[in-house]
Amino acid sequence: MTALPQTTEVVDPVPGAAAPHLPPDGGRDLVQLLTPEGDRVEHPDYSLDIDEEQLRGLYRDMALVRRWDVEATALQRQGELGIWASLLGQEAAQIGAGRAMAADDMAFPTYREHGVAWARGVDPLHVISLFRGVDNGGWDPLATRFNLYTVVIGAQCLHGTGYAMGVQRDGAEQAVLAFLGDGATSQGEVNEAMIWAASFSAPVVFFCQNNQYAISVPLERQSRVPLYQRAAGFGFPGVRVDGNDVLAVLAVTRAALAAAREGQGPTFIEAFTYRMGAHTTSDDPSRYRLASELEEWKLRDPIARLKAHLSRSGAADAAFFDSVEAEADELAARIRSGTLEMPDPAPTSMFDSVYAEQTPQLAQQRADFVAYQASFEGGEHR
Amino acid sequence: MTQTLTIGKALNLGLRKAMEDDAKVVLMGEDIGKLGGVFRITDGLQKDFGEARVVDTPLAEAGILGTAVGLAMRGYRPVCEIQFDGFVFPAYNQIVTQVAKMHARSRGVLPMPIVIRIPFGGGIGAVEHHSESPEAYFAHTAGLKVVAVSNPVDAYWGIQQAIAAPDPIVFLEPKRRYWEKAEVDVDATPDPLFASRIVRGGDDVTVLAYGPMVKTALQAADAAAEEGRSVEVVDLRTVSPLDLDPVFESVRRTGRCVVVHEAPVTLGLGAEIAARVTETCFHSLEAPVLRVGGYDTPYPPSKLEEEYLPDLDRVLDAVDRAMEF
Repeated sequence: MTALPQTTEVVDPVPGAAAPHLPPDGGRDLVQLLTPEGDRVEHPDYSLDIDEEQLRGLYRDMALVRRWDVEATALQRQGELGIWASLLGQEAAQIGAGRAMAADDMAFPTYREHGVAWARGVDPLHVISLFRGVDNGGWDPLATRFNLYTVVIGAQCLHGTGYAMGVQRDGAEQAVLAFLGDGATSQGEVNEAMIWAASFSAPVVFFCQNNQYAISVPLERQSRVPLYQRAAGFGFPGVRVDGNDVLAVLAVTRAALAAAREGQGPTFIEAFTYRMGAHTTSDDPSRYRLASELEEWKLRDPIARLKAHLSRSGAADAAFFDSVEAEADELAARIRSGTLEMPDPAPTSMFDSVYAEQTPQLAQQRADFVAYQASFEGGEHR
Repeated sequence: MTQTLTIGKALNLGLRKAMEDDAKVVLMGEDIGKLGGVFRITDGLQKDFGEARVVDTPLAEAGILGTAVGLAMRGYRPVCEIQFDGFVFPAYNQIVTQVAKMHARSRGVLPMPIVIRIPFGGGIGAVEHHSESPEAYFAHTAGLKVVAVSNPVDAYWGIQQAIAAPDPIVFLEPKRRYWEKAEVDVDATPDPLFASRIVRGGDDVTVLAYGPMVKTALQAADAAAEEGRSVEVVDLRTVSPLDLDPVFESVRRTGRCVVVHEAPVTLGLGAEIAARVTETCFHSLEAPVLRVGGYDTPYPPSKLEEEYLPDLDRVLDAVDRAMEF
């Protein structure tokens, strides 16, 4: 028997093909309206008419969402949350996308879209409750036009496409924004969603946050072509946007949603960004990427660049930034106290929404459970 | 008004009625439009209701179920046809992780009134993946309901009841019986969907079956009668939830129980039923609950399916063994 060669050398199965498409700046096809240094630039296809108050609003959104994220990570470290999926670094992609939506549009998030949740008016505590293990998301998905988080990777892209088919049948002027990550582009269901969306010209926009990693696995393992180019194979437009540029994301997503509402069918948006934190609080990125990479991306921080632009253009002064910081501290305090005071769910609640029409068997199990619990001194066996 | 209908035609008319009654009913599946489905169950419906309500989908089962979830969120009532039992597995993820759990996940905000029609079971001489009985997978999943029809009357009413129901239902159609006929009174008041039914009275042994095996059980009861044995036959009709109260009442009288299904016996519905009958009727039982089903093999090439599938003789053999205890 021949022994396998012992080597630690990484062998590229396709020599020379290793990610030539991944320049750290996203490459020449990247739509950008605000440089990493905070300078406003023009793009031939995407313009953005935005006043100073709206610019300050975007900054406020991103700053508050980051503060929420930092507080949630701290709460997890202190044992108050089971896990937390940080959005650190993806604030511009999420706020830009969320704020591009019209009130009637519908979002289908993954489990990391806290910034979009914020833009849709979801109470942060209703997101926190999921990660604390109280429920599977405490918000009303229909009232907020923001579906519950979907944990199985990519499954929501089909839901969004089906929902968009319903919009078509209703003759409504609405669009759907279906979120996914770079890893999800390998899922069969995501590819099926794009096939369906194209075939039926459904009013759905696929918003892919390419944060460069699916937990530990880099983009090169998911795709040998830039993700936005995949759309061409399905027969609809694909656009790569600087995901750390909130203005570009806003402009590109707005245009795609408008096209969908007008009956022009789907668009695939690749928001080129970087997950600055761990995949979740259970992850250790030091095992699979270099610290220098993070340092490089910190120079393109989405919040710092808008702050630079606001300061330099005179659209915001120190008093404004101080007021946002104070508001962020208040939000963090509310999230902390709200988390600590959050009641556990009633034990019987697990039985109550399994079916719209309860089955006799489940009703019996519930009754047996109640009787069993009541058999302990003090009522509940905990 | 009474009509003589096959199971296939009864389903076709039931679907038509459901679409007339509720404009939100949308049929989705592969080849269900122009072709009318490979078994012609949706024959003529696209012509009459249009392509928006009878959708020839891309060839992707996960896509059918996944988009059905979105349509249901939007207030539609999707009826998904899976072309053959063995092709449901590409959609298994959507069915188990999404369709089944959405109502609970949303604490009732997002009901999933989705019907998943599956022609199931063997006996048609087909190639691999066309003869399977996947009901236990779905019955094991909280949030789903599973029914199996055995005759044209239940086919006609059952499909309408399933479509009108608020929960996701796996609707199993006995493909080898599609062409069996019976009188259907379309003005009658139907039995509830989630109820079992005693279809033949008897005193010695209670035989339970559903879907295609009901006919086999009835044939076995006829043969047993010639030997002087009185076999009671129950058509379970609903696989999840099980409606076992009539079964318990029957077994308390007969003291013996045999469960028949095409699916492999190990961890099949028969195992669950045997456990519950034993728990509830322990002191009435004269014999252990016996199971007759497929073997723990992949469904075999069709030249062997007669050996694999429970038939009249294997049911009678179990009846004999139950009597000998």
